[in-house]
Amino acid sequence: MTVEHTLTAQNLTLGYNKRAVVNELDLDILPGKITAIVGANACGKSTLLRALSRLLMPLSGRVVLDGKDVHRMPAKQLARILGLLPQSPIAPEGITVSDLVGRGRHPHQRLFSRWSAEDAAAVAAALDMTATGDLADRAVDELSGGQRQRVWIAMALAQRTDLLLLDEPTTFLDVSHQVEILDLLVELNQTRGTTIIMVLHDLNLAARYCDQLVAIAAGGIYAAGDPAAVLTEQSIKSVFGLDSQVIVDPVSGKPLMLPIGRRRVIVREPEKR
Amino acid sequence: MTTLTGVSLTATAQTILSGKKRRVRRRRLVIASLIALMTAIFCVSLMCGHTFYTPEEVWRVVLGENIPGASFTVGTLRLPRAALALLVGLSFGFAGVAFQTMLRNPLASPDIIGISSGATAAAVFAIVALSLGATAVSIFAVAAGLGVALLVYLLSYKNGAASARLILIGIGIASMLNSVTSYLLTQASEWDLQEVMRWMTGSLNGTVWKTVLPVLGSQLVFVPLLLSQSKNLSMTQLGDDTAAALGVRVNRTRLIVTLASVGLIAFAAAASGPIAFVAFLSGPIAARIVGAGGSLFLPSALMGALLVLTADFSGQFLLGVRYPVGVITGILGAPYLVWLIVRTNRRGGFL
Repeated sequence: MTVEHTLTAQNLTLGYNKRAVVNELDLDILPGKITAIVGANACGKSTLLRALSRLLMPLSGRVVLDGKDVHRMPAKQLARILGLLPQSPIAPEGITVSDLVGRGRHPHQRLFSRWSAEDAAAVAAALDMTATGDLADRAVDELSGGQRQRVWIAMALAQRTDLLLLDEPTTFLDVSHQVEILDLLVELNQTRGTTIIMVLHDLNLAARYCDQLVAIAAGGIYAAGDPAAVLTEQSIKSVFGLDSQVIVDPVSGKPLMLPIGRRRVIVREPEKR
Repeated sequence: MTTLTGVSLTATAQTILSGKKRRVRRRRLVIASLIALMTAIFCVSLMCGHTFYTPEEVWRVVLGENIPGASFTVGTLRLPRAALALLVGLSFGFAGVAFQTMLRNPLASPDIIGISSGATAAAVFAIVALSLGATAVSIFAVAAGLGVALLVYLLSYKNGAASARLILIGIGIASMLNSVTSYLLTQASEWDLQEVMRWMTGSLNGTVWKTVLPVLGSQLVFVPLLLSQSKNLSMTQLGDDTAAALGVRVNRTRLIVTLASVGLIAFAAAASGPIAFVAFLSGPIAARIVGAGGSLFLPSALMGALLVLTADFSGQFLLGVRYPVGVITGILGAPYLVWLIVRTNRRGGFL
């Protein structure tokens, strides 16, 4: 287990051009656990993730890591503790997988320092963990979507941070790759004790894979806590404006949400249980 | 399993290290070859011309001996000229690739986005309308180059400077400034035209040591500044968010790189005029030779020096008629620009 870090959002108001997207939000991230953030489109969940990783300066309030305001910490020092994989990172044309993953070592390197054996070992471990070791000398442009996403996660792993934030790490992946990525994150959490915070679109996968589920609606937290307590028919109605039936997932024992739209349903009203 | 400084390495780590070594070897080979070629052309341009001098005579002149004929031709005419060609080539190469990398677009070189056009228009204005002397014209041009860079940046700034908008605004301002230059040309007197031409196409004719020194001085300041940002700059290629998450202060990096590049380009343009397409060509050519990965600063700067030295030498002696260096680089550059645009549209590539 690594050192446990505390990350909290205190009275956070976030926005662009003075227009607030998130209002006076308080959130405690559970150290050493997996937190999933869900919510409707444009509810401010990506904005929250950007603020937590200090990419966005809050309009008011603060993000506190181990008692210190993240916006007052030296950039590289923070990058050794907290990593972020944004939604659409850019791979420079022609870059090889090992070079790209090696970029994750940046916060551990000095201005003109050369590559150390420690860097090589961290990159190798990241490649092995994401099963991309045999791609090391391939160009990132040539890879499939699933392979590319694993490479990006490998880059974030090479950063060796105790907290890892991911913005929709499974978007554009087919279902088997989605499960593979999420399994990988759970393994990372269990073997290294990495605290994981991710924005996910798929409610059922979020409920299955997280320890703490945070539902965001209208720029604030609608509910946060154990997935079984947060993912309810009532909360889905409030957060997404959608009727649904929530059952126990026979595979994982976690809640499973079944949407009730206007067409192609045989049960109109949520069953009263 | 072998060990390196105490850390045991897995098979994957070995693969990574050997791949890394291979790329470093290739890079070193390319840099060494560029330096060798550059030195060779530098020496040839000191020896050859209307009169040929042996390497021994050239060397003695360089050491300060007085040899009738050679001392004037080599020491006063050829040496400062070749030195300036080398230095401005380095400056254009550094600044061009810095802009192209920072804005993630090969079209973003200073000669496309208006910085060189600004310097030219200001210089022509200073010569034609204000009748200023050479030093004042240079200062005017440097200031205008900086001013245009600032203007383009401010006009394109909206939640952070976006690369595509910056390039389009730069191209717009460049064509506006070019028409100012064209208008001023119609007003220019016969004896101003020679000087004006130097500012339009770039030329190394009549170079004296006094014009070489400011360029060298600007490099002593700006090149270390630029190189200090080399790693940070290559991180910004991953996108601003990814770079920031990896501990790069993106805005500070941009500011330093912009300042240093504009400084280099403005001083170089003040000495030789904006030699067409050198800033634009050096980076992409260097990128093709070195391959992806490491920093392009040094390979691109060397490529720039090689281009200017070669173009100036061929412009003087190989074609029968003497052409200013900028005409030669322009003839080389335009087809390359077209090819690059065709290729970029097809593949959506970078550099």
